[in-house]
Amino acid sequence: MNKFVRQLLPFGTLTLLIVALSALEPDTFLTTQNFSNVLSRSSYSGIIAMGMTAVIISGGIDLSVGSMMALSGMIAGLVMTQHGSVIPTPGLMVLGTLVGMGMGLLCGLLNGSLITLLDLPPFIVTLGTMSAFRGISYVINKGMMFDVPTYTFLGEGKIADVPVNVLIFLIIVLAAFFLLRYTPLGRYTYAIGSNRQAAYHAGVNVKRNLIAVYAITGLFVGIAAMIATSRTVSAQPTAGISLELDVIAAVVIGGASLSGGRGTVIGTIIGTLLISFLRNGCTLLGISTNIQLVVIGAIIIGAVALDQAARAKAETA
Amino acid sequence: MTGISKRFGPVQALRDVGITVRAGTVHALVGENGAGKSTLMKILAGVYQPDTGAIEIGGREHCFASPAQALEAGISMIYQELDLAEHLTVAENIFLGAEPRGRLPFTVSHKHMAAQAAELAQRFSFDIDPAAKVEDLATGDCQIVEVLKALRHNASILVMDEPTSSLSEREAKRLFEVVRRLRREGLALVYISHRLEEIIDLADEVSVLRDGLLVHCEHAAKLDIPKIVHYMVGRELTDFFPTRTAQIGDGLVQVQGLSSEAGIRDISFEVRRGEIVGMAGLVGAGRTEVARAIFGVDKRTAGQVILDGRELNIGSPADAIASGIALLTEDRKRTGLCIELPCSWNITLPNLGHIGFKPFIKPSRESRIAEEAGSRMAVKWSSPQAPAGSLSGGNQQKLLIARWLLANSRFMIFDEPTRGIDVGAKTEVYGLLNKLAEEGKAILFISSELPELFGIADRILVMRRGQLVGNLVTKQTTPEEVMHLAAVAERTL
Repeated sequence: MNKFVRQLLPFGTLTLLIVALSALEPDTFLTTQNFSNVLSRSSYSGIIAMGMTAVIISGGIDLSVGSMMALSGMIAGLVMTQHGSVIPTPGLMVLGTLVGMGMGLLCGLLNGSLITLLDLPPFIVTLGTMSAFRGISYVINKGMMFDVPTYTFLGEGKIADVPVNVLIFLIIVLAAFFLLRYTPLGRYTYAIGSNRQAAYHAGVNVKRNLIAVYAITGLFVGIAAMIATSRTVSAQPTAGISLELDVIAAVVIGGASLSGGRGTVIGTIIGTLLISFLRNGCTLLGISTNIQLVVIGAIIIGAVALDQAARAKAETA
Repeated sequence: MTGISKRFGPVQALRDVGITVRAGTVHALVGENGAGKSTLMKILAGVYQPDTGAIEIGGREHCFASPAQALEAGISMIYQELDLAEHLTVAENIFLGAEPRGRLPFTVSHKHMAAQAAELAQRFSFDIDPAAKVEDLATGDCQIVEVLKALRHNASILVMDEPTSSLSEREAKRLFEVVRRLRREGLALVYISHRLEEIIDLADEVSVLRDGLLVHCEHAAKLDIPKIVHYMVGRELTDFFPTRTAQIGDGLVQVQGLSSEAGIRDISFEVRRGEIVGMAGLVGAGRTEVARAIFGVDKRTAGQVILDGRELNIGSPADAIASGIALLTEDRKRTGLCIELPCSWNITLPNLGHIGFKPFIKPSRESRIAEEAGSRMAVKWSSPQAPAGSLSGGNQQKLLIARWLLANSRFMIFDEPTRGIDVGAKTEVYGLLNKLAEEGKAILFISSELPELFGIADRILVMRRGQLVGNLVTKQTTPEEVMHLAAVAERTL
């Protein structure tokens, strides 16, 4: 029962927020257009948050996702435009998309391998790759972006009135949910995060699993990078700066524990939407972006404090 | 200390124990693992508070609510696991928390600290460099830093818990010198050790604890090792052991010349189908390390494990489990349970493969399987979905046993399966071991409690300092012989 209430808390906050905003700004907030916009805008950070959820459940962290997104986008842009020399053709766009996703996967594999094979803390490894990936993103086109004016499908395209990026977000959510809940990989991820030694003694191949978790996160980042590139019809080396913090915040608001072993896909979605609607609401109400930062900061601390209080109560009960 | 009693949940750790330690003497405290030595000393040092009883020092009664108060009263304790800040210097460690102040506020005078540390070392003629970093010191020198730390607190009573367990012979000799010097300085010393030779050599008086009771206290001069051993183990074997009914078959497991990086050397033994082989030895003798080497946790440096005629190449617990070996580890918190995860997940964790949950887990079937496995061990839980951490200690242990029963391994290693669980649960564990043997499994049963080894095992292996020093048929040996081999004897095989 307690556990149920605890999970309800972020959901309740989200509902409250939506109801409040609907009352305050019925004409602009409560429209399909606005909702569609908010979902579309949170699609790429939401996709990355799915990977981050698994990473955090495993007891790790990935600080490099923002830089990784820029790098994947830049590599894709490089391929699509043949180093800035052509307007992307459909063939080049498909190729570029695959290469961009592959780049994300590769970056994730690198993170996972460094963490497990060199036995280094994830925080340190991804702090390092965060810097390195960003550097390479700048080097690719001497700090300039690649314009991809024809690459609009992922950013603006719709299928049956639903934005394509929202559909992709949905598919990734289902995949992450299934992975964490119904596969040994997901189960082992919880076990490793809860007690790595115990998982190892129960026959879990800890290293292989961790590499897989970081690689999948990389792949998700690659997919997110393509959506971000398409939304701005350009691959930018400055894309995703401090995005990792937003993503980690969403996962933590969703009830995951940074010490590992706890976290859910549903919680992370709620965390992601909470941040997105908060931003949206503040904008509609004419609250400055500076104040938005303060509010989001307060929500992070408040959410975790409440969660901890509920947990402490559950344990003494 | 008089009339000290202490109860932890269902376990009566100490019952009306009284000892007297005189200034200028060494008082040795001996007993089997779990006899209550450490608990008694932790009460003296203010870590635990006794349920009943009193502590009197120099005619004044004390009641310590915290270690700080005990320290204030002149009681210092040196734990088996040394308690030093590795990256700091010797002097900094000695004065930790009481650094001499510098001229400016909030500063430390390193000059004064070094000078005072050197003076202290000189007064007791210890040869140690106050500026050396603790991480660069040998274990023996670390002990000396601990002693100096205690002396800086003006300790009048110094408790040493297994101080020689990690020392070389030479370092140990040096430590004995230190102990004798402290005795001459008029300190009262309490010395806990499993090494009975040391006790006879060093102690003035010896107190023997068994099952939380003080069973004997005498001048060391009037005692010898066989007498001490007799007092340590001399209890009746109670009748909660099952009658062994298993048919012992042919050899299933052969361990040959096994050595590992963790320090065990040249271990060879066999376990037959239906046989329960016990393993005895003192803390640190290398019993757990044997299990870890077989299970692929520690790297093997020599030797092999043969199961059912086939030589195994085990590089990880995953390999071991796949080969049909199970290990119930001794430390269920650290290497056993994932406490925030559901009980059912804990049960199926090593078993996902063979219950058909690869590539996909089926949650409703998982609940059913966990329910069955749990009820086989009579685990008391609110539901299989409850977090494992919500169970009591005994039930957590049963949960882990249920996990390994589900694995249906041919060779099962149980490392201290009855530690910290009550008598009723213990009896269930013994019954289970017997039943598993009946099913033709080979069982290695590691235990620090001799009565249970004698109650259930067909044979008893004895470990001492990383080596196998005894392979005895239970019916043809005595607890005294096992304890003698474990604590004193040179290799007899």
